[in-house]
Amino acid sequence: MDAGHRRGGDVVNRATRSPAWRDCALAALVPYVPYLWLLLFFAAPFVLVAVISAGDAAPDATPPIAFTGSGGSYARLVGDPLYIAAYIGSLRIAALSTLLALLIGYPMAYAIARAPESWRAGLLAAVILPFWTPFLIRVYAWTGLLSENGLVNQLLRGTGVAENPGTILGTEWAVCLGIAYAYLPFMVLPLYATLVKLDGALLEAAADLGAPPWRAFLTVTLPLSLPGVAGGCLLVFIPAVGEVIVPDLLGGADTLMIGKVLWDEFFANGDWPAASAVAVAMLVMLVLPVMALQRARGRALERR
Amino acid sequence: MPHRLHRRLLAALVVGYAFLYVPIASVVVYSFNESKLATVWAGFSLRWWGEFFRNEAMMEAATLSLAIAAASASGATILGTMAGFALARRARFPARTVFAGLVAGPMLLPEVVTGIATLLLFVALERLVGWPERGAATIAIAHVTLSMAFVAVVVQARLADFDRSLEEAALDLGARPAVVFRTITLPLIAPSVAAGWLLAFTLSLDDLIVAQFVAGPQSQTLPMLVYSSVRLGVSPQVNVLATIILVAAASILLVARAFLKAGEPAGDRIARRDCSDAGTIAH
Repeated sequence: MDAGHRRGGDVVNRATRSPAWRDCALAALVPYVPYLWLLLFFAAPFVLVAVISAGDAAPDATPPIAFTGSGGSYARLVGDPLYIAAYIGSLRIAALSTLLALLIGYPMAYAIARAPESWRAGLLAAVILPFWTPFLIRVYAWTGLLSENGLVNQLLRGTGVAENPGTILGTEWAVCLGIAYAYLPFMVLPLYATLVKLDGALLEAAADLGAPPWRAFLTVTLPLSLPGVAGGCLLVFIPAVGEVIVPDLLGGADTLMIGKVLWDEFFANGDWPAASAVAVAMLVMLVLPVMALQRARGRALERR
Repeated sequence: MPHRLHRRLLAALVVGYAFLYVPIASVVVYSFNESKLATVWAGFSLRWWGEFFRNEAMMEAATLSLAIAAASASGATILGTMAGFALARRARFPARTVFAGLVAGPMLLPEVVTGIATLLLFVALERLVGWPERGAATIAIAHVTLSMAFVAVVVQARLADFDRSLEEAALDLGARPAVVFRTITLPLIAPSVAAGWLLAFTLSLDDLIVAQFVAGPQSQTLPMLVYSSVRLGVSPQVNVLATIILVAAASILLVARAFLKAGEPAGDRIARRDCSDAGTIAH
């Protein structure tokens, strides 16, 4: 990769003659335009969040830009069991949703990777298509399906799985289902990418050596697809932790997720410092998974 | 490779696609429902379609959303293409790592966090310099920040598997860098730039959370309106809207695929030559 860049640099130097010089000066500016934009509209806001989160928690319609620095919001964050419960609830719901997405997504990705080559592009497009439809509406669709007399309950009663399934809507299960549904393509795509590259000869060798298909799957396919499993799980887990819309529309009063708490802290209570402190807590929560994802991406780029 | 799918794999696909499409299909079906209740089927009717098109608030919000999406997608495409270019082509410039992190940031962070942070900036700026007033403009600015990362990733990926010898040949023949960019680089990356624009457009149309934070009292986007009508008790008109958006999204996806397909022949040719080049060097 580096060699390519150096070679490019030489070319630019060779062309550093009169009118071209101005082009090069302009080209040199290229990174700095988006850089400045991101510094102003993405980095600077987080400095403000950090500053305001250190202020006192106080319901107020206007944000306190003045820095008080008492750390009162953080004291409340640690002291109030609601925040701790929401923090843990987010992690638990995100983990369960990720597991659910894996259980549905792995067989799908495996089947697409094993499908005849001419089918694969179409099958993948059909996985992505729902992703292009509005998130809000995809989640809203589940409110009807999961209600007392919705399709899911009719199915459960009809097949005799459950006589009286109760209302799924408003429970943590509904939230997990909604998140797994909304982010399923994120799970299927990386899994497909690793499974499709799998060398069929390895499975044939396993079969020749007498391994039944399930054993070949457990000892050959599954271990070799673990990078895809890890990638897919991170891609579902990270957005799931900060989910707001799904717990709001599908969850109940007892569904506690940290993103929803921030949302309510801001829109219902107008408490800017508390909302900012929750935002900082969310960032801290995501540092590890985001770093893991970035490292995985870096490794994937190196391999190419 | 087997030419037939195993029965169990076929079952996995049927279950998976049913999971993906039943909720969407249910929305479309219920948009033709006579009843006001979302779960009771009372016969076929176009009643809600008629009411939808007479709903002025809905039309107003749709117009605003489309305008914001077009503006922010264009801004995000320009800035995102620049960012993608910088990341793919410039090995080192000051604080490149910080830049890469800033580009990836909006994709990875929860929208609630980005939303509240951006709002705090707008409020602080408005107090300090009297700009910007919260409204369509602030939503558009926030959406540019949110979606330029996605454009950058698409463009960067295209540039990464791109044959540089074409550009080098043109430079050797004396073409100015700006001319090379316009006549060679841009046409070759055009499919991914177009795909990036469509992606940014869809992201902006889809966003509720950030818009809710940075919108002014006068500006209500379509997702904001849908959200409030869903929360106030489901209005069957939302089903109509969903159906329209579904058809539009499917069409956009088909157009985007056509764009990418149009770019493919050139890409394939380049890829094939890259391989033969590698072969010559290896021997």
